[in-house]
Amino acid sequence: MKKLVLFAAACAFALAPRLSLAAGEITVGIDNFAFTPAEITVKAGTKVVFVNHDDIPHNVVAQAIKLHSRALDTDDSFSFVFDKPGEVVYFCGLHPMMKGKITVTP
Amino acid sequence: MKHDDDTSLDRRQALKCAAWAGSGLVWTLNGGVPASSLVGSAEAAATGLSFVQISDSHIGFNKPANPNPNATLTEAIGKIGQLPNKPAFMIHAGDITHLSKPGEFDDADQLIGAARLDVHYVPGEHDVIDENNGAAYLARYGKLSQGKGWYSFDHGGAHFIGLVNVYNLKAGGMGNLGAEQLAWLAGDLKPRSASTPIVVFAHLPLWTIAAEWGWGTQDSAEALKLLARFGSVTVLNGHIHQIAQKVEGNMTFHTARSTAFPQPAPGSAPAPGPQLVPADQLRALLGLSSVRLAHGKQPLAIVDSTLAG
Repeated sequence: MKKLVLFAAACAFALAPRLSLAAGEITVGIDNFAFTPAEITVKAGTKVVFVNHDDIPHNVVAQAIKLHSRALDTDDSFSFVFDKPGEVVYFCGLHPMMKGKITVTP
Repeated sequence: MKHDDDTSLDRRQALKCAAWAGSGLVWTLNGGVPASSLVGSAEAAATGLSFVQISDSHIGFNKPANPNPNATLTEAIGKIGQLPNKPAFMIHAGDITHLSKPGEFDDADQLIGAARLDVHYVPGEHDVIDENNGAAYLARYGKLSQGKGWYSFDHGGAHFIGLVNVYNLKAGGMGNLGAEQLAWLAGDLKPRSASTPIVVFAHLPLWTIAAEWGWGTQDSAEALKLLARFGSVTVLNGHIHQIAQKVEGNMTFHTARSTAFPQPAPGSAPAPGPQLVPADQLRALLGLSSVRLAHGKQPLAIVDSTLAG
Protein backbone atom coordinates (compact mmCIF):
# COMPACT_ATOMS: atom_id res chain seq x y z
CA MET A 1 0.00 0.00 0.00
CA LYS A 2 2.72 2.32 1.01
CA LYS A 3 4.42 1.46 -2.26
CA LEU A 4 1.28 2.29 -4.20
CA VAL A 5 0.96 5.67 -2.52
CA LEU A 6 4.57 6.38 -3.28
CA PHE A 7 4.00 5.30 -6.86
CA ALA A 8 0.97 7.58 -7.14
CA ALA A 9 2.92 10.43 -5.62
CA ALA A 10 5.76 9.82 -8.03
CA CYS A 11 3.30 9.82 -10.93
CA ALA A 12 1.72 13.04 -9.78
CA PHE A 13 5.16 14.54 -9.41
CA ALA A 14 6.13 13.37 -12.88
CA LEU A 15 2.88 14.57 -14.42
CA ALA A 16 2.64 17.88 -12.65
CA PRO A 17 5.40 19.67 -14.52
CA ARG A 18 4.16 18.30 -17.82
CA LEU A 19 0.64 19.56 -17.12
CA SER A 20 1.94 22.94 -16.07
CA LEU A 21 4.10 22.96 -19.19
CA ALA A 22 1.05 22.25 -21.35
CA ALA A 23 -0.71 25.20 -19.71
CA GLY A 24 2.59 26.98 -19.14
CA GLU A 25 4.17 29.78 -21.04
CA ILE A 26 4.49 30.57 -24.69
CA THR A 27 6.17 33.49 -26.42
CA VAL A 28 4.78 35.48 -29.33
CA GLY A 29 7.41 37.66 -30.94
CA ILE A 30 6.73 40.96 -32.66
CA ASP A 31 9.01 41.17 -35.66
CA ASN A 32 8.80 43.46 -38.68
CA PHE A 33 5.30 44.66 -37.81
CA ALA A 34 3.93 41.11 -37.39
CA PHE A 35 2.97 38.92 -34.46
CA THR A 36 5.01 35.73 -34.83
CA PRO A 37 3.44 33.23 -34.89
CA ALA A 38 0.24 35.07 -35.71
CA GLU A 39 -1.99 32.17 -34.65
CA ILE A 40 -1.42 29.87 -31.71
CA THR A 41 -3.45 27.29 -29.82
CA VAL A 42 -2.88 27.08 -26.06
CA LYS A 43 -4.42 25.34 -23.09
CA ALA A 44 -6.52 27.45 -20.72
CA GLY A 45 -4.28 28.96 -18.09
CA THR A 46 -1.35 29.51 -20.44
CA LYS A 47 0.68 32.62 -19.99
CA VAL A 48 1.44 34.25 -23.35
CA VAL A 49 4.43 36.56 -23.40
CA PHE A 50 4.55 39.15 -26.18
CA VAL A 51 8.07 40.42 -26.90
CA ASN A 52 8.69 43.37 -29.21
CA HIS A 53 11.82 43.00 -31.34
CA ASP A 54 11.07 46.03 -33.57
CA ASP A 55 12.62 49.50 -33.44
CA ILE A 56 9.09 50.88 -33.15
CA PRO A 57 6.71 50.48 -30.19
CA HIS A 58 3.72 48.17 -30.45
CA ASN A 59 0.95 47.08 -28.12
CA VAL A 60 -1.58 44.29 -27.79
CA VAL A 61 -5.31 44.99 -27.85
CA ALA A 62 -8.10 42.39 -27.60
CA GLN A 63 -11.35 44.27 -27.24
CA ALA A 64 -13.54 41.21 -26.53
CA ILE A 65 -11.65 40.50 -23.31
CA LYS A 66 -10.87 44.18 -22.56
CA LEU A 67 -7.15 43.58 -22.93
CA HIS A 68 -5.08 46.69 -23.68
CA SER A 69 -1.37 46.41 -23.00
CA ARG A 70 0.90 49.36 -22.44
CA ALA A 71 3.12 50.33 -25.37
CA LEU A 72 6.10 48.01 -25.66
CA ASP A 73 9.35 49.64 -26.64
CA THR A 74 12.14 47.58 -28.23
CA ASP A 75 12.73 44.35 -26.24
CA ASP A 76 9.91 45.13 -23.80
CA SER A 77 7.51 42.32 -23.06
CA PHE A 78 3.97 41.99 -21.83
CA SER A 79 2.36 38.81 -20.54
CA PHE A 80 -1.22 37.75 -20.07
CA VAL A 81 -2.76 34.49 -18.83
CA PHE A 82 -5.50 33.25 -21.13
CA ASP A 83 -7.74 31.27 -18.78
CA LYS A 84 -11.07 31.14 -20.62
CA PRO A 85 -11.49 28.67 -23.50
CA GLY A 86 -12.42 30.25 -26.82
CA GLU A 87 -10.88 32.31 -29.62
CA VAL A 88 -9.26 35.63 -28.85
CA VAL A 89 -8.45 37.88 -31.78
CA TYR A 90 -6.08 40.71 -31.03
CA PHE A 91 -4.21 43.45 -32.87
CA CYS A 92 -1.70 46.23 -32.36
CA GLY A 93 -3.55 49.40 -31.33
CA LEU A 94 -0.85 51.52 -32.98
CA HIS A 95 -0.60 49.54 -36.22
CA PRO A 96 -3.96 47.83 -36.54
CA MET A 97 -2.98 45.91 -39.66
CA MET A 98 -0.98 43.71 -37.26
CA LYS A 99 -3.38 40.99 -36.19
CA GLY A 100 -3.17 37.70 -34.30
CA LYS A 101 -5.38 34.97 -32.90
CA ILE A 102 -5.11 32.78 -29.83
CA THR A 103 -7.28 29.69 -29.60
CA VAL A 104 -7.66 28.68 -25.95
CA THR A 105 -8.63 25.04 -25.41
CA PRO A 106 -10.08 23.70 -22.13
CA MET B 1 -20.43 75.09 -56.68
CA LYS B 2 -19.48 75.98 -60.25
CA HIS B 3 -16.06 75.08 -61.47
CA ASP B 4 -14.20 76.95 -64.10
CA ASP B 5 -12.68 74.10 -66.09
CA ASP B 6 -9.85 76.14 -67.49
CA THR B 7 -8.83 77.38 -64.10
CA SER B 8 -8.96 73.93 -62.62
CA LEU B 9 -6.86 72.54 -65.45
CA ASP B 10 -4.28 75.28 -64.97
CA ARG B 11 -4.32 74.59 -61.30
CA ARG B 12 -3.81 70.90 -61.84
CA GLN B 13 -0.95 71.50 -64.23
CA ALA B 14 0.62 74.00 -61.90
CA LEU B 15 0.38 71.57 -59.01
CA LYS B 16 1.89 68.79 -61.06
CA CYS B 17 4.81 71.13 -61.63
CA ALA B 18 4.88 71.91 -57.94
CA ALA B 19 5.03 68.23 -57.15
CA TRP B 20 7.80 67.73 -59.61
CA ALA B 21 9.72 70.77 -58.43
CA GLY B 22 9.29 69.67 -54.85
CA SER B 23 10.71 66.24 -55.50
CA GLY B 24 13.40 67.73 -57.74
CA LEU B 25 14.48 69.82 -54.80
CA VAL B 26 15.09 66.79 -52.71
CA TRP B 27 18.52 66.32 -54.10
CA THR B 28 19.46 69.61 -55.63
CA LEU B 29 18.31 72.70 -53.82
CA ASN B 30 17.82 73.99 -50.39
CA GLY B 31 14.13 74.95 -50.43
CA GLY B 32 12.57 78.36 -50.35
CA VAL B 33 11.65 80.87 -52.99
CA PRO B 34 13.02 79.23 -56.19
CA ALA B 35 10.34 76.55 -56.24
CA SER B 36 7.64 79.13 -55.67
CA SER B 37 8.78 80.94 -58.77
CA LEU B 38 8.80 77.63 -60.65
CA VAL B 39 5.09 77.26 -60.06
CA GLY B 40 4.43 80.79 -61.26
CA SER B 41 3.73 82.47 -58.00
CA ALA B 42 6.74 84.69 -57.64
CA GLU B 43 4.57 87.60 -56.54
CA ALA B 44 2.97 85.43 -53.93
CA ALA B 45 6.39 84.58 -52.66
CA ALA B 46 6.90 88.21 -51.84
CA THR B 47 3.47 89.01 -50.48
CA GLY B 48 1.62 85.82 -49.61
CA LEU B 49 1.32 84.07 -46.28
CA SER B 50 3.83 81.38 -45.65
CA PHE B 51 4.05 78.79 -42.92
CA VAL B 52 6.26 75.81 -42.33
CA GLN B 53 5.46 72.18 -41.58
CA ILE B 54 7.63 69.70 -39.75
CA SER B 55 6.68 66.20 -38.72
CA ASP B 56 7.72 62.99 -37.03
CA SER B 57 10.52 64.32 -34.84
CA HIS B 58 10.35 61.12 -32.70
CA ILE B 59 12.26 62.63 -29.80
CA GLY B 60 13.38 59.70 -27.65
CA PHE B 61 14.18 57.39 -30.58
CA ASN B 62 17.74 56.09 -30.20
CA LYS B 63 18.11 53.23 -32.68
CA PRO B 64 20.67 52.94 -35.52
CA ALA B 65 18.36 54.59 -38.10
CA ASN B 66 19.12 57.83 -36.22
CA PRO B 67 20.71 57.66 -32.77
CA ASN B 68 20.31 61.42 -32.33
CA PRO B 69 16.95 62.79 -33.51
CA ASN B 70 17.48 65.84 -31.25
CA ALA B 71 20.34 66.92 -33.50
CA THR B 72 18.40 66.52 -36.73
CA LEU B 73 15.38 68.34 -35.27
CA THR B 74 17.73 71.15 -34.26
CA GLU B 75 19.05 71.27 -37.83
CA ALA B 76 15.51 71.47 -39.19
CA ILE B 77 14.69 74.33 -36.83
CA GLY B 78 17.92 76.00 -37.96
CA LYS B 79 16.80 75.74 -41.60
CA ILE B 80 13.51 77.35 -40.68
CA GLY B 81 15.40 80.24 -39.10
CA GLN B 82 17.24 80.75 -42.39
CA LEU B 83 14.12 80.94 -44.59
CA PRO B 84 14.22 84.24 -46.49
CA ASN B 85 10.68 85.16 -45.46
CA LYS B 86 9.81 84.50 -41.87
CA PRO B 87 6.97 81.95 -41.73
CA ALA B 88 3.81 83.07 -39.96
CA PHE B 89 3.75 79.91 -37.84
CA MET B 90 4.71 76.26 -37.74
CA ILE B 91 2.61 73.12 -38.02
CA HIS B 92 3.89 69.92 -36.41
CA ALA B 93 2.04 66.97 -37.92
CA GLY B 94 2.59 64.59 -35.02
CA ASP B 95 4.93 61.97 -33.59
CA ILE B 96 6.60 64.77 -31.69
CA THR B 97 7.94 62.10 -29.34
CA HIS B 98 8.72 58.43 -29.71
CA LEU B 99 7.13 57.12 -26.49
CA SER B 100 5.02 60.00 -25.07
CA LYS B 101 7.40 60.41 -22.12
CA PRO B 102 7.39 63.75 -20.27
CA GLY B 103 11.13 64.17 -20.84
CA GLU B 104 10.68 63.62 -24.56
CA PHE B 105 7.93 66.25 -24.72
CA ASP B 106 10.17 68.61 -22.69
CA ASP B 107 13.10 68.13 -25.08
CA ALA B 108 10.86 68.61 -28.13
CA ASP B 109 9.37 71.80 -26.69
CA GLN B 110 12.79 73.20 -26.00
CA LEU B 111 14.22 72.36 -29.44
CA ILE B 112 11.15 73.48 -31.39
CA GLY B 113 10.79 76.58 -29.22
CA ALA B 114 14.12 77.82 -30.59
CA ALA B 115 12.25 78.69 -33.82
CA ARG B 116 10.33 81.36 -31.88
CA LEU B 117 7.19 80.64 -33.89
CA ASP B 118 3.67 79.75 -32.85
CA VAL B 119 3.36 75.99 -33.30
CA HIS B 120 0.11 74.19 -34.08
CA TYR B 121 0.31 70.52 -33.19
CA VAL B 122 -1.69 67.42 -33.89
CA PRO B 123 -0.81 64.14 -32.17
CA GLY B 124 0.72 61.10 -33.82
CA GLU B 125 0.16 57.62 -32.46
CA HIS B 126 3.52 57.87 -30.68
CA ASP B 127 2.27 60.92 -28.73
CA VAL B 128 -0.69 59.17 -27.12
CA ILE B 129 0.90 56.02 -25.69
CA ASP B 130 1.37 57.31 -22.17
CA GLU B 131 -0.40 55.34 -19.44
CA ASN B 132 -3.42 57.61 -19.64
CA ASN B 133 -3.96 57.20 -23.38
CA GLY B 134 -3.03 60.67 -24.57
CA ALA B 135 -3.64 62.72 -21.42
CA ALA B 136 -0.03 63.95 -21.45
CA TYR B 137 -0.35 65.29 -24.99
CA LEU B 138 -3.71 66.95 -24.33
CA ALA B 139 -2.51 68.60 -21.12
CA ARG B 140 0.43 70.12 -22.98
CA TYR B 141 -0.96 71.01 -26.41
CA GLY B 142 -4.70 70.52 -26.33
CA LYS B 143 -5.91 73.24 -23.99
CA LEU B 144 -7.83 75.08 -26.70
CA SER B 145 -8.90 72.00 -28.62
CA GLN B 146 -12.04 69.90 -28.81
CA GLY B 147 -12.47 66.20 -28.02
CA LYS B 148 -9.16 64.38 -28.39
CA GLY B 149 -7.32 67.46 -29.63
CA TRP B 150 -8.92 68.72 -32.83
CA TYR B 151 -9.33 72.45 -33.50
CA SER B 152 -9.40 75.11 -36.18
CA PHE B 153 -8.14 78.65 -36.60
CA ASP B 154 -8.01 81.37 -39.22
CA HIS B 155 -4.92 83.04 -40.55
CA GLY B 156 -4.38 85.33 -43.52
CA GLY B 157 -7.82 84.65 -44.96
CA ALA B 158 -7.37 80.86 -44.88
CA HIS B 159 -9.03 78.42 -42.50
CA PHE B 160 -6.77 75.85 -40.85
CA ILE B 161 -8.09 72.62 -39.33
CA GLY B 162 -6.06 70.24 -37.17
CA LEU B 163 -7.60 66.76 -37.08
CA VAL B 164 -6.78 63.78 -34.86
CA ASN B 165 -6.86 60.33 -36.44
CA VAL B 166 -4.74 58.21 -34.10
CA TYR B 167 -7.37 57.09 -31.55
CA ASN B 168 -9.63 54.06 -31.39
CA LEU B 169 -8.03 52.31 -34.32
CA LYS B 170 -9.90 49.18 -35.35
CA ALA B 171 -8.37 45.74 -35.98
CA GLY B 172 -7.23 45.45 -39.58
CA GLY B 173 -8.03 49.11 -40.24
CA MET B 174 -6.13 52.37 -40.69
CA GLY B 175 -6.48 55.78 -39.02
CA ASN B 176 -9.77 56.84 -37.49
CA LEU B 177 -11.48 60.23 -37.18
CA GLY B 178 -14.69 59.02 -35.56
CA ALA B 179 -18.27 60.28 -35.59
CA GLU B 180 -17.78 62.95 -32.91
CA GLN B 181 -14.94 64.63 -34.77
CA LEU B 182 -16.70 64.40 -38.14
CA ALA B 183 -19.78 66.07 -36.64
CA TRP B 184 -17.57 68.82 -35.25
CA LEU B 185 -15.91 69.24 -38.66
CA ALA B 186 -19.27 69.56 -40.41
CA GLY B 187 -20.26 72.31 -37.97
CA ASP B 188 -16.90 74.04 -38.27
CA LEU B 189 -17.11 74.18 -42.08
CA LYS B 190 -20.78 75.04 -42.37
CA PRO B 191 -20.63 78.84 -42.05
CA ARG B 192 -17.60 79.21 -44.36
CA SER B 193 -17.85 80.31 -47.96
CA ALA B 194 -16.62 77.94 -50.66
CA SER B 195 -13.95 80.46 -51.64
CA THR B 196 -12.18 80.21 -48.27
CA PRO B 197 -8.86 78.38 -48.76
CA ILE B 198 -8.82 75.40 -46.42
CA VAL B 199 -5.72 73.76 -45.00
CA VAL B 200 -6.29 70.49 -43.13
CA PHE B 201 -3.51 68.80 -41.22
CA ALA B 202 -3.47 65.46 -39.42
CA HIS B 203 -0.85 62.86 -38.60
CA LEU B 204 -1.95 59.78 -40.55
CA PRO B 205 -2.55 60.40 -44.25
CA LEU B 206 -6.14 61.35 -45.07
CA TRP B 207 -5.82 59.48 -48.36
CA THR B 208 -4.87 55.85 -48.72
CA ILE B 209 -1.22 55.53 -49.64
CA ALA B 210 -0.64 51.91 -48.53
CA ALA B 211 -3.55 50.13 -46.87
CA GLU B 212 -1.42 47.08 -46.11
CA TRP B 213 0.78 49.30 -43.92
CA GLY B 214 -2.16 51.21 -42.45
CA TRP B 215 -1.11 54.37 -44.32
CA GLY B 216 -4.50 55.97 -44.63
CA THR B 217 -7.60 56.86 -42.60
CA GLN B 218 -10.58 54.54 -42.50
CA ASP B 219 -13.27 57.24 -42.53
CA SER B 220 -11.38 60.03 -44.32
CA ALA B 221 -13.83 59.92 -47.25
CA GLU B 222 -16.47 61.40 -44.95
CA ALA B 223 -14.21 64.31 -44.09
CA LEU B 224 -13.25 64.84 -47.74
CA LYS B 225 -16.94 64.89 -48.68
CA LEU B 226 -17.44 67.79 -46.27
CA LEU B 227 -14.46 69.59 -47.86
CA ALA B 228 -15.47 68.94 -51.47
CA ARG B 229 -17.39 72.19 -51.96
CA PHE B 230 -14.36 74.37 -51.20
CA GLY B 231 -12.33 75.76 -54.08
CA SER B 232 -8.92 75.17 -52.53
CA VAL B 233 -8.22 72.40 -50.04
CA THR B 234 -4.71 71.47 -48.98
CA VAL B 235 -4.23 68.36 -46.87
CA LEU B 236 -0.93 68.05 -44.99
CA ASN B 237 0.05 64.82 -43.26
CA GLY B 238 3.05 63.08 -41.71
CA HIS B 239 3.54 59.51 -40.48
CA ILE B 240 5.09 57.95 -43.58
CA HIS B 241 8.45 59.77 -43.28
CA GLN B 242 8.66 60.55 -47.00
CA ILE B 243 7.03 62.83 -49.52
CA ALA B 244 3.92 61.66 -51.31
CA GLN B 245 1.72 64.06 -53.27
CA LYS B 246 -1.56 63.81 -55.08
CA VAL B 247 -3.91 66.31 -56.67
CA GLU B 248 -7.56 65.41 -56.96
CA GLY B 249 -9.93 68.10 -58.19
CA ASN B 250 -9.50 71.06 -55.87
CA MET B 251 -7.67 69.03 -53.25
CA THR B 252 -3.93 68.77 -52.88
CA PHE B 253 -2.55 66.05 -50.63
CA HIS B 254 0.98 66.18 -49.32
CA THR B 255 2.94 64.20 -46.74
CA ALA B 256 6.10 65.63 -45.18
CA ARG B 257 9.41 64.02 -44.44
CA SER B 258 10.40 63.19 -40.89
CA THR B 259 13.06 65.14 -39.06
CA ALA B 260 14.23 61.87 -37.45
CA PHE B 261 14.53 58.87 -39.77
CA PRO B 262 13.30 57.72 -43.19
CA GLN B 263 10.90 54.86 -43.85
CA PRO B 264 10.76 52.69 -46.97
CA ALA B 265 8.51 53.41 -49.93
CA PRO B 266 5.40 51.20 -50.05
CA GLY B 267 6.14 47.91 -51.74
CA SER B 268 9.89 48.28 -51.40
CA ALA B 269 10.24 46.51 -48.04
CA PRO B 270 8.37 43.87 -46.04
CA ALA B 271 7.46 46.30 -43.25
CA PRO B 272 7.25 50.07 -42.74
CA GLY B 273 9.77 50.47 -39.91
CA PRO B 274 12.76 52.82 -39.65
CA GLN B 275 15.02 52.56 -42.66
CA LEU B 276 18.72 52.32 -41.97
CA VAL B 277 20.71 54.32 -44.50
CA PRO B 278 24.41 55.22 -44.56
CA ALA B 279 25.03 58.10 -42.15
CA ASP B 280 26.17 60.44 -44.93
CA GLN B 281 22.84 59.96 -46.73
CA LEU B 282 20.53 60.40 -43.75
CA ARG B 283 20.15 64.17 -43.97
CA ALA B 284 19.10 64.00 -47.62
CA LEU B 285 16.08 61.97 -46.49
CA LEU B 286 14.99 64.22 -43.62
CA GLY B 287 13.48 67.64 -43.89
CA LEU B 288 10.72 70.16 -43.68
CA SER B 289 8.09 71.72 -45.91
CA SER B 290 7.34 75.37 -46.34
CA VAL B 291 3.99 76.35 -47.73
CA ARG B 292 3.05 79.60 -49.44
CA LEU B 293 -0.54 80.60 -49.58
CA ALA B 294 -1.21 82.92 -52.50
CA HIS B 295 -4.35 84.96 -52.75
CA GLY B 296 -6.63 84.71 -55.75
CA LYS B 297 -6.48 81.72 -58.03
CA GLN B 298 -2.93 80.66 -57.34
CA PRO B 299 -2.56 77.26 -55.74
CA LEU B 300 -0.55 76.78 -52.60
CA ALA B 301 3.08 76.17 -53.30
CA ILE B 302 4.61 73.51 -51.13
CA VAL B 303 8.38 73.41 -51.07
CA ASP B 304 10.13 70.51 -49.43
CA SER B 305 13.69 70.91 -48.37
CA THR B 306 16.07 68.42 -46.85
CA LEU B 307 18.61 68.82 -44.08
CA ALA B 308 21.43 68.07 -46.53
CA GLY B 309 23.39 70.84 -48.20
